Amino acid sequence: MADRHPEPDSPELRARWGQFAWTGDNAAKAIEIVARYPAGRQRSAVMPLLDLAQRQVGAEENTQGWLPLPVIEYVATYLDMPVIRVLEVATFYTMYNIAPIGRFHVQVCGTTPCMLRGSDDILAACKARGLKKGHTTADGVFTLTEVECMGNCASAPMVQINDDNYEDLTAESVTHILDELAAGRQPKTGTQAPGRHTVEPLGGATSLTAMVTGNHDYRGEW
Amino acid sequence: MPKVKVDGVELEVPAGATVLQACELAGKEIPRFCYHERLSIAGNCRMCLVEVKPGPPKPQASCALPASEGQEIRTDSEMVKKAREGVMEFLLINHPLDCPICDQGGECDLQDQSVAYGRGGSRYHEEKRAVTQKNMGPLIKTVMTRCIHCTRCVRFSEEVAGVDEIGALYRGEKTQISTYLEKAAKHELSANVIDLCPVGALTSRPYEFEARPWELKKTLSIDVSDAIGANIRLDSRGREVLRILPRVNDDVNEEWLADRARFLVDGLTHRRLDRPWLRLDGKLQAATWAEALAAVGKIKPGSSVAVIAGDMVDCETQFAAKKLAAALGSTLLEGRQTGLAYDTSNLAVLAFNTTLAGIEDADAILIYGSHVRDEAPLLNPRLRKAVKKGAKVYIIGPWWEPTYAATHLGDDAGAIDALPEDVASVFANAARPAIIIGGGALAKGGLEAGLAFSARFNLVREGWSGFNVLHFAAARMGGLMLGFAQKGGIADLVAAQPKLLISLGADEVDFAKFANSMIVHIGHHGDKAAHLADVILPAAAFSEKDGTYVNTEGRVQYAEKAVFAPGDAREDWSILRALADALGVSVGFDSFDELRAAMIAEVPSLGVEGLAPYGDIPAAPAGAHASGVIGYPVKDRYLTNAIGRASPTLQRCSAELIHGKIQAEAAE
Repeated sequence: MADRHPEPDSPELRARWGQFAWTGDNAAKAIEIVARYPAGRQRSAVMPLLDLAQRQVGAEENTQGWLPLPVIEYVATYLDMPVIRVLEVATFYTMYNIAPIGRFHVQVCGTTPCMLRGSDDILAACKARGLKKGHTTADGVFTLTEVECMGNCASAPMVQINDDNYEDLTAESVTHILDELAAGRQPKTGTQAPGRHTVEPLGGATSLTAMVTGNHDYRGEW
Repeated sequence: MPKVKVDGVELEVPAGATVLQACELAGKEIPRFCYHERLSIAGNCRMCLVEVKPGPPKPQASCALPASEGQEIRTDSEMVKKAREGVMEFLLINHPLDCPICDQGGECDLQDQSVAYGRGGSRYHEEKRAVTQKNMGPLIKTVMTRCIHCTRCVRFSEEVAGVDEIGALYRGEKTQISTYLEKAAKHELSANVIDLCPVGALTSRPYEFEARPWELKKTLSIDVSDAIGANIRLDSRGREVLRILPRVNDDVNEEWLADRARFLVDGLTHRRLDRPWLRLDGKLQAATWAEALAAVGKIKPGSSVAVIAGDMVDCETQFAAKKLAAALGSTLLEGRQTGLAYDTSNLAVLAFNTTLAGIEDADAILIYGSHVRDEAPLLNPRLRKAVKKGAKVYIIGPWWEPTYAATHLGDDAGAIDALPEDVASVFANAARPAIIIGGGALAKGGLEAGLAFSARFNLVREGWSGFNVLHFAAARMGGLMLGFAQKGGIADLVAAQPKLLISLGADEVDFAKFANSMIVHIGHHGDKAAHLADVILPAAAFSEKDGTYVNTEGRVQYAEKAVFAPGDAREDWSILRALADALGVSVGFDSFDELRAAMIAEVPSLGVEGLAPYGDIPAAPAGAHASGVIGYPVKDRYLTNAIGRASPTLQRCSAELIHGKIQAEAAE
């Protein structure tokens, strides 16, 4: 995890984001989100609203989205809570980007299962493609981050790019995915291994084999 | 009342107590960092681990575990010892070994507890964490690398001060304590986080590298910067008071202290009057005591004498001045320097009768012409507690930012007679309604209007007295008890045109009205009055004399002398005694003890520590009416008295925090 710091407060940042307000759709969504919580507990909505704000920023500048300080302040005002409390949340969770980010946020898992299955090759492939850890490419398309476990160990190695996971990767497949994304096409999400659908065992089931074709009651055999 | 066993000793603990509190009741010391009696429980330092049965077979954080019937708690087992050593070792992993250059050294919880409970050595060889410096303003110095993330400062600012400005950013090992965008901590109680910080992460910036705690002489004293009378400790070395810390007194200040009371300390060594001065040909010239006293003796005022007491003088000084005036044949005594002239015939209506601790139980409070955060910073957390318990607060007077929900009822003092329907019904239905009348309302006839309000809503009832006046001057209640009040206020003194006017540190008076009087200023700072005085007799500040103070509740408290007054300055009573000789009269005391005995003989309640009895609140006068837009007496929160105005620290606070001037940091 790279060191995270909010984008410094500057007149340019204020000029660019000082007027931030919900778009029509998001305004309706925000009302709907706040309404999920009891009256007076509107602060509970801080996490979904930060996500909404991040997505709106992303839509505005065609990136994955991030949270400039004026936007954080806007959410604080919207929820009538101290801005420091919102900043605490935004800095705690790494899925909130607090500094500018590229069109695609490539998060390569480097935790043990992925590492054993070749995440070093994935990172090398990214590097060969011009991506640098903790940085955005000059054209603003990719930001590369190495992250800790994303819970896809059964189909390691994996990367998460924006809202999608790409699993069972090889250096070739990750390069292909990056090429497709850069070209504006949507590659296949999920597992990239041929013949695999989700995270079922490669080469067929090794346990609960009677369940493959139909429902089977194992209880009598225990 | 659950019964628990602590280290084999059975005892009964109050319902709702935690295991940590049970251990304390049993006399066992439990090390802790994040736990604090007056803050919510966080349970994140893990230092208070104990062994508890029944429960999982592992150490448990005692601060967050409720004590329950039949628990067997062990604080002396091998498991506990090992757990404490382990936690301490982890805490020290990222704590720098910079005790020799840390201001907290010698009074540091981490230092003490690592000696008592640590394992004596580290096995850590990796790199330590370093954290960038954070700006928290002119009062708080930060060395965030030392922070152990106990979050006491975060909880204090959120829960007690009610100003959410400090937060814990990032997560895990990378957690950093910071204000938003590193803005200065601005509220009036901000420096209490310095006392709360168990390590050297937040220390006092003005006191930076000044002294070690074991060099300091500790003297118990009373704060004079407002009428709350916070209990303080003066830490002095040699002839200088180096810092002021709060003492615990649950009836008065709990354990907090306002910033302006804590940091006026460097004002005690600046702009001091340390020799007598005489005005010759319109210019002040240095003089000797003999010359100055002779000059006063020469006027021969007869009985044409008046005394004005300042906001910070003790009862003894006022009593000595009263004796002197009486010996000369005058009773022209006044302490309300700015011209207030409320009726002082009954002191019960001029005290904070609910008491500072009692106001927490109020369920409807009307703040009538008082900027509480400026005039009594330590009352504000009490009001906040009351609101947390469900109290409704209404404010009459220009709006200020309270730290709790409050409703504004208008700027005009007359608003008290025209309460909206819903507000009136809140007070009518309240079980413990209260009014707090501030100086702003007193100036507009608010006392009588407040009494009418009290009668209307029955504020004084069985077991509850909700009628409160909140004074601002530390000397006020003592002065009123000693008769420093004229019917017409200071206007009576102006009308009398006294030949001799004695100012006891009275810096807020408009002396232009006394153009024909000889003004003798007995004061300790070269402030407003000194510029206009004809004779200046240098006196002692509150830290340099024993004294009795009465706070706004009517609580009699004693302060002790920490250091000697600088230069030729003398204690006030001895100056007044010498003046008596110079004027050829006798005041009947030759020592401080005789003076105090005479004072107690005249006003016996000044001889008893605690709340002075003032009797019952009288009926409201008929036809009481208040009107006029309320104005608050405090214009600048930090520069409210002569000591504060002389303090470079508070001047800087005023410039930076109130007037927004950024002062360039000296290159370090």
